[in-house]
Amino acid sequence: MTGSLKAEYGSPFKVNWWARAGWMLAVLYVMYAANYLDVSWARFIGGLGNGADFLGEMVPPNFSRWKLLVGNLLETVEIAVIASAFGVLFSLPIGLFAARNLMPPWITWPFRIFIALCRSFHPVIFAILFVKAVGFGPLAGILTLIFASIGFIGKLFTEAIEEISLKPLEALRAAGAPFSSVIVYAVLPQVQNRFIGFASYQFDANLRNSTMVGIVGAGGIGGTLFAAFQRFDYDFLAAILISIIGLVMVSEFISVQIKKVFQ
Amino acid sequence: MNEKPVHKWERFTFRERLARFTVFLGFALALSISLRSVEVIPEFLYDAPVQIVDLLTRMWPLDLGYYPEGIHAAMVETLHIASLGTLLALVMAIPVGIMGANNIVQIPLLNWLAKLILVSSRSVNSLVWALLFVAIFGPGAFAGTVCIGFRSVGFVGKLFAEALEETDPGPIEALTAAGAPWSSIFLKGYWPQVAPAFWGIFLFRWDINVRESAVIGLVGAGGIGMVLDTALNLFYWDRVSVILLSIFVVVILAELLVTSIRKRVI
Repeated sequence: MTGSLKAEYGSPFKVNWWARAGWMLAVLYVMYAANYLDVSWARFIGGLGNGADFLGEMVPPNFSRWKLLVGNLLETVEIAVIASAFGVLFSLPIGLFAARNLMPPWITWPFRIFIALCRSFHPVIFAILFVKAVGFGPLAGILTLIFASIGFIGKLFTEAIEEISLKPLEALRAAGAPFSSVIVYAVLPQVQNRFIGFASYQFDANLRNSTMVGIVGAGGIGGTLFAAFQRFDYDFLAAILISIIGLVMVSEFISVQIKKVFQ
Repeated sequence: MNEKPVHKWERFTFRERLARFTVFLGFALALSISLRSVEVIPEFLYDAPVQIVDLLTRMWPLDLGYYPEGIHAAMVETLHIASLGTLLALVMAIPVGIMGANNIVQIPLLNWLAKLILVSSRSVNSLVWALLFVAIFGPGAFAGTVCIGFRSVGFVGKLFAEALEETDPGPIEALTAAGAPWSSIFLKGYWPQVAPAFWGIFLFRWDINVRESAVIGLVGAGGIGMVLDTALNLFYWDRVSVILLSIFVVVILAELLVTSIRKRVI
């Protein structure tokens, strides 16, 4: 009998009061925050009815405007490809200049601040600013994602460079190699594979984000998606969402294959 | 005298080189096609520097007096949305993560279903989730919280499933052999092994969610984004710059907090 065993020996595991207190605090916080944000069970139940209507209208997905859909998806992919190419291209020198083991502090600090700026704003905020600056269309989306890529790859690339072994650098410097040769023959070979990994990951991220920047007018499928929302065109919306998920799955598959090639 | 056979050392096999070449060629091809067919209006590009300078001059000087009256409350709301949404994601990620870990649930169909749920959550952008939940629950922080939760499940669940798959089977076998019920196996066999990873994932995602919850308000899901949207629509650029500055500060603070906790605890 479990009861008698427990009475005789006590619980086999020690009670962790700190963990229990932590869970209690979490529960209290959830109650406080739910109250603050006006999250309530009644609203949830009320929303479920709306949700059911919503899903009902989404089925079956309406693929009849597939020409528009395919055109938009292509534009989305184009934005992601161009932004990834330029983003990777720019983050190479920026990452080099921000690496503290290669450059003096007065060079690294401005570059590190620039990377932090690129990273701390969500791409949508960049998209809004660029739509105001360069007008509606894919150009704003491309510029947005270039900045987002610099923020992400620039940081990871800097960290990768800061972790390299300095011995090859010393050897090259001792042999009298110029700075450019030190970079090309001592630094880049050590970080090349990781850099390609970051780049393919960033391409994935850019593809996902390029489906969204259109919501604020920066080109790609997001604009069509937002329009479908506002016109309550939920069956077309379902078609758009399904094709976005499909596109992302395909790109994940491709990036896994690319990583295999460079392992 | 016979000539010595010359050894030619190669780092990669022919197939490897061919694969690499194909990847580069494919990307170059995609890039050139994209550059040719994307519809960029060159006049807009030439005009861009002028427009950006114009934008910056309108943003200056900052209307700092707007912070206490309009921004602070919305910022607190944003942080609550991020925290509560992340907790919601954890609650949802535990069952989905267990379902996706193929050493615990050995039914390929369920693994596949979990994977589909996780991929869907990740591939639909947070703004799109926000649009969906604003349509369902009406505008406000409630929609935002649920949006952050659904958006984060994919990320948290995927990493949680991977952590579960990497657990050491020894303790689990011991518990099973001793006849422990399923709940005890999970709580005393799996959970202690994955708990550090789990809290690490939680902190990491919370940091991301602070950023995301700052923008979902643009489509009406509560928080600072709604204030930003209003300021943008009314062309109060001096307020926009204050809002952007406060988002920047909060995001940096959140990141510093997360890094210091990670260093100390994990």
